[in-house]
Amino acid sequence: MLQIDRWKRVLIFGICLLGLFYALPNAFYARVEAHNDAVARIEATGVETPELVAARDGWPSWMPSNLVNLGLDLRGGAHLLGEVQVAEVYKTRVDALWPELRTALAAERDTVGAIRRVEAPEGVLSVEIGNADQMPRAIEIARGFSDPVTTLTGAGQQSLAIATQGATLTIQLSDAEKAVTDDRTIQQSLEIVRRRVDEVGTREPTIMRQGEDRILIQVPGIGSATELKELIGTTAQLTFNPVLGTTGDAEAEPGLGQFIAPSIDQEGVYYILEDTPVVSGEDLVDAMPGSDENGQPSVNFRFNPSGARAFGSYTSQNIGQPFAIVLDDEVISAPVIRSAITTGSGQISGSMNFDQANQLSVLLRAGALPAEMTFLEERTVGPELGQDSVDAGKVAAAVGFVAVVMLMILSYGRFGVFAAVALTFNMVLLFAVLSLIGATLTLPGIAGIVLTIGMAVDANVLVFERIREELRTARGPARAIELGYEKAMSAIVDANITTLIVAAILFVLGSGPVKGFAVTLTIGIVTSVFTALFVTRLITIMWFERARPKQIEV
Amino acid sequence: MAFRLKLIPDQTSFDFFRWQALTFGISAFLMVASVAVLFLNGLNFGIDFRGGTTIRTESAQPVDVAAYRDALSGLELGDVAITEVFDPGFAADQNVSQVRISAQDGTEAVTPQTIATVEEALRGVDPEMTFPSVESVGPKVSGELVQTAIYAVLASLVAISIYIWLRFEWQFAVGAIVSLFHDVLITMGIFALFQIRFDLTTIAALLTIVGYSINDTVVVFDRLRENLIKYKTRALREVMNLSVNETLSRTTMTSVTTLLALIALLVLGGDVIRGFVFAITFGIFIGTYSSVYVAKNFVLWLGVRRDKPDPKDPKARKNLSPFEGAEEV
Repeated sequence: MLQIDRWKRVLIFGICLLGLFYALPNAFYARVEAHNDAVARIEATGVETPELVAARDGWPSWMPSNLVNLGLDLRGGAHLLGEVQVAEVYKTRVDALWPELRTALAAERDTVGAIRRVEAPEGVLSVEIGNADQMPRAIEIARGFSDPVTTLTGAGQQSLAIATQGATLTIQLSDAEKAVTDDRTIQQSLEIVRRRVDEVGTREPTIMRQGEDRILIQVPGIGSATELKELIGTTAQLTFNPVLGTTGDAEAEPGLGQFIAPSIDQEGVYYILEDTPVVSGEDLVDAMPGSDENGQPSVNFRFNPSGARAFGSYTSQNIGQPFAIVLDDEVISAPVIRSAITTGSGQISGSMNFDQANQLSVLLRAGALPAEMTFLEERTVGPELGQDSVDAGKVAAAVGFVAVVMLMILSYGRFGVFAAVALTFNMVLLFAVLSLIGATLTLPGIAGIVLTIGMAVDANVLVFERIREELRTARGPARAIELGYEKAMSAIVDANITTLIVAAILFVLGSGPVKGFAVTLTIGIVTSVFTALFVTRLITIMWFERARPKQIEV
Repeated sequence: MAFRLKLIPDQTSFDFFRWQALTFGISAFLMVASVAVLFLNGLNFGIDFRGGTTIRTESAQPVDVAAYRDALSGLELGDVAITEVFDPGFAADQNVSQVRISAQDGTEAVTPQTIATVEEALRGVDPEMTFPSVESVGPKVSGELVQTAIYAVLASLVAISIYIWLRFEWQFAVGAIVSLFHDVLITMGIFALFQIRFDLTTIAALLTIVGYSINDTVVVFDRLRENLIKYKTRALREVMNLSVNETLSRTTMTSVTTLLALIALLVLGGDVIRGFVFAITFGIFIGTYSSVYVAKNFVLWLGVRRDKPDPKDPKARKNLSPFEGAEEV
């Protein structure tokens, strides 16, 4: 008859209490958040200021401190979806190959004849050789620069794809090498974006790869997406290039291995520069804002040993010559070398204010993006709007909850009260699970919770209606209750599995807010089935054991 | 006898097929009308699906749509839509509007300069104006989002029909799918008719409707399966009526509790998710209707083979045993 094993009772009670324990921090959201921030801050800096200690002690450390994360639409912040222009790296790679290939081919001038680089699409290196009939030798030389690619598929592919047409040798990265390069480019970009965002020091940014060549960046608390974009959208490619001359014509044709870059502060001045830099930003170890001898804002930097050596030997050989400090294809300044600089440190000054000097040093410290990033999607939500949404959601959830509970009690009396208790535990468990798995609550997620309040009682309704039916035919209330649960089971399971299927699809295909909705809906289904089948049943049986009613009314 | 609120009397015996011609006519008419409205009006796609930028403005002064439009007309932004937003939750001096700009050239979302110019132009109308949210989606992403949305809806329909087919008979799966299609189509028709913004969250709402509607349908089907085994000799139509009547009280109760929660959200939940909540609320109505009138009518029309009880069902196996009738029920 109506029975539940003792261990099952303990288990059900235990789960409910555990749920309560883990959901509790959310009731003291601000305090727990301050506690978590203080703990992280003390751990990071090792300094215990009185404020930090007070914040830390505001919440007992033996209590769980996991909170439901608030999504950007609730907390306010910026969301960006960037696409990394991976193809740019192909160009860099192929262009870097040219000087070496030129030297190798020139060494065999007698066989292959005169060589010259000809016009080709970006990322493709086309070389015309004098003796077309000696092409096999030229190919052999070019092959010397190709390495086997290690890929997951393990096929022994070469890194360069070499083709010929008449007297022209065409070299580009092979598809396998492109795939490997793309992956590396994205990894580097992710790392650099992470470093730059960390430099700003906001709480819990989300930076993750999405699909082939995209990066999703979510930063709570930042003022606007534009601000974030300026921070991470700048490539910050810093190089020091030899200056070959200046010109006033932006359209002037530079020679091969040269390029033209505009001056950042002098209108109409363009520098003709050598393509291959002396030193690049990768050799920087530190960059800090400071001020120059005139008190103007500047950025002071330091090279690593190999950078310092390269810079030292170049400056000692080219005293009296100008060199250019180039940032993202713009010349910041082009000073004349007065003496050899062997200390390995230097200073960039020019027309910038202190904020710009600060941002530039952040960018230089974090390193350059390997390729440009374009932004496909951006969203900014102000913190007030997010707070309004949270408040509105709370009120709506409370009103919905009370309305549903009242209807349940009016319809099912004592059993309605049982269902209300179960619904309360359902919410508690929902929040406990959300906190434990570190799920993010979004505005549609709140809608999912409110919807759960409405739909969670469904399993109870199914059972109660069934008990009512069974009471008409079955012998005695205990049997009716038992049959009610038993027979409603298949409908409950089928109905919830179909909803679960939908929620899973939403989770897989959805993004951001929609995903948040899928999460609360899914967890809500699971907790509501648990509370309806186990919690109400336990309460019913405990009441039944105590009261031993001759007849019941549902 | 204690008081009990009963939305539906204990025992009902409505003939749900009596007005079959009428309900079928209504459903067919609504579906055809929805298709027509979808073609004539089209959906009012949000930026998720067609790219572009929306800027939410907030000002202490009343929203003057014409002044906003004038301020933006010189900027050559292409298609600009300005709508005032109302919500009972707003303070007296909180005037909100939504400015939507069509996608600019290229694949990128929007340039910071464009947003800056728009904000500056609008501040010309009211220098104190604030912009609590700015969202921008590039054409490249919006194209993919459309694709994802279509996949999501199709995948859920297919997955559900497979599940129903495995658990019940194929006729039930067809009935369920037809009713789901009915619900989704009519909801989309309403969105096209009233030009409510249709975006990613609307798709989530559509899938939720699918989930709710199938939930309702499955409960009816489950009872039908049980009754088909219990009353082997009664006509299918009769058993169906019995099953719907037996589950009517539950169907009504669950719809009402869900609607109570949703209406609270619709009224008090703020304007940002109102479109989303509206879609679900409307879908609950149509879903309840369709599980009573559409799904099972289709099953009746297709017929169910009744000589072969489901071997997986333990009750069915019991019925095959020589002790038939010895059950307590």
